[in-house]
Amino acid sequence: MTSWYEASARQRIDALADPDSFEEFIGPEEREISPHLALFDLPEQFDDGIVVGRARLSGKPILVAAQEGRFMGGAFGEVHGAKLTGLLRAARQLRCPVAILFDTGGVRLQEANAGEMAIAEIMREIVLARAEDIPVIGLIGGRAGCFGGGGLIAGCCSTLVISEHGRLSVTGPEVIETNRGADEFDSKDRALVWRVTGGKHRYLIGGADLFVEDDGAAFRQAAIEALSRRAALDILVLADEQKRLERRLSRFGAMSEARDIWAALGVSRPEAVPGLATEAFLAEGRHKRENAHDAR
Amino acid sequence: MEKLSFQFQTNRAAGGDKTKTPKNAIVGVVASGNLEVLIERSPTPGECSFEIATAAHGFGAVWEAVLSDFVSRNTAGGLRISINDGGARPDTVALRLAQAVRLIEEDKA
Repeated sequence: MTSWYEASARQRIDALADPDSFEEFIGPEEREISPHLALFDLPEQFDDGIVVGRARLSGKPILVAAQEGRFMGGAFGEVHGAKLTGLLRAARQLRCPVAILFDTGGVRLQEANAGEMAIAEIMREIVLARAEDIPVIGLIGGRAGCFGGGGLIAGCCSTLVISEHGRLSVTGPEVIETNRGADEFDSKDRALVWRVTGGKHRYLIGGADLFVEDDGAAFRQAAIEALSRRAALDILVLADEQKRLERRLSRFGAMSEARDIWAALGVSRPEAVPGLATEAFLAEGRHKRENAHDAR
Repeated sequence: MEKLSFQFQTNRAAGGDKTKTPKNAIVGVVASGNLEVLIERSPTPGECSFEIATAAHGFGAVWEAVLSDFVSRNTAGGLRISINDGGARPDTVALRLAQAVRLIEEDKA
């Protein structure tokens, strides 16, 4: 068992793909580094914090992008974003599914305009790919979680896989605390952070589709399952999604604590949820969670 | 950023069948107290060259000592080594260099 949370971007690709099948595009030897970081006298990384390329998964071709959360929090800069945009364009030309291994705090502040543009371009490319029925799946279980623009991109994916360690949201805990104060959200309260953004809660409210152990082999199996799901994004899916979100808001909109939501879902002993091991959690949550239909 | 470069002469060329081993290898990430090491094969088997970009200024002598030690202990000839450093300690640098050489000498076929 290898921890997905502890692994580097390259180790995650090795755990996901068939052995020795990965071929990198624009690898570190091409030194396609950020044009902005030197202006701020900040360290650069040769792959700009994202590894992209093609591989095989269960013998079938797949395009893969893996963010390195330890380099600048896995944040999107100009080159980092362009590598993912290019990969998604290739996916449409090749009619090949894509797996995005998220590990990001969002846009890199030192190249904010370029980073925000990249987020928008990536979202558009995912929508275009899905309109052509090409699956774009997201895997979330890294150190940096999946926040900011990364959360928006994840929301566009056809299927999301998450582990308990994974966190998914747009505005991250520290940002809420900075803007609204610790009374609004205490980012040092780890249990609170996980109850609100963590994998178990996201799975229970239907924000993620598959819940897995923090393990490379488990993510690989879930990715295979995710790729077999419906990817199309059309007006019917959007109408279903709208209904689903309205229902979620009417059921839980007045609640301010995740445990109340879990209780409303019918989860027995909601206070025990954070401590449950994967098997026990899935046994309890699988049939009670919010999203039982296929809106995504 | 401080940019440093060093060249060392060595008669111990890096091992591995060049048709089977990777053309380059990368280990580590650029983070606080960490570094990335990119190793590429160069056409000069008797030389090992280093290009370093480091966030910690004024440690040229320490780098020279760590790299010299690395070249004398490993088969580093014919390698071009590029480093992006986030302020790693000498032992971390030595570890990453050893990992990277092992990776480029590894027979993947």
